[in-house]
Amino acid sequence: MDNNIIRFTYNVDGTDFTSAGQASVMLKKNLRQLGISPDTIRRASIAMYEGEINMVIHADGGVAEIEVSEECITIMLKDSGPGIKDINQAMQEGFSTAPDDVRSLGFGAGMGLPNMKRYSDHMEIESELGVGTTITMKINI
Amino acid sequence: MTVSEFAIKHSLKTLCLPDDREITGGYVGDLLSWVMGRAQSGDAWITIMSNQNILAVATLADVSCIILGEGVTLDEELIKTANDKGINVLASEADTFKLSAMLACEL
Repeated sequence: MDNNIIRFTYNVDGTDFTSAGQASVMLKKNLRQLGISPDTIRRASIAMYEGEINMVIHADGGVAEIEVSEECITIMLKDSGPGIKDINQAMQEGFSTAPDDVRSLGFGAGMGLPNMKRYSDHMEIESELGVGTTITMKINI
Repeated sequence: MTVSEFAIKHSLKTLCLPDDREITGGYVGDLLSWVMGRAQSGDAWITIMSNQNILAVATLADVSCIILGEGVTLDEELIKTANDKGINVLASEADTFKLSAMLACEL
């Protein structure tokens, strides 16, 4: 039943890198209010944070749509950025196209997408060059 | 051992301690995504990074505290934010190797 699904939508602001993570922290709070286990919340919010950072670095922000059912948390991250040229390459630990200023803040280590995969039970990437990227992650409850 | 007990025993400076809790492990790292991927809940996280993003990482990874080494400190504004978010932050002149050694003795 659709009634059993709870939805949250967060806008990810692409202009301010230093405050990136607000949507993930908000998600963490909302999931805690739903009584979801701390480990599941941790996995969901870390996966979301990595996605959020990627959207800020590469795509000037985007939208995060979350659905929580009794079985799983689904995080859908949509952006209208440049798209990912080679998804297999982007999935490799250590591969990064982040600019130097982002690296000096401690990001851009090429761990974002691998971490998202590590912390979710299922992940799908749809990306088209010049159009944007949608990443869907499912975390089982 | 709790964060406050660790700070007192090893003479670390307490920048803020809004939520004293047990240290259950340790992690050292400055690459934030790496830390997010590897640090465990309850770890004390030793780093030399001091930008605002470390507070989000600490919250999401659920570390027991941030320990800033090598004389690094946080701006007043960030200390206030850490307090509001319930993140414990300690600081020391000791380098990350020495801090790791101190922590290892207690685990």
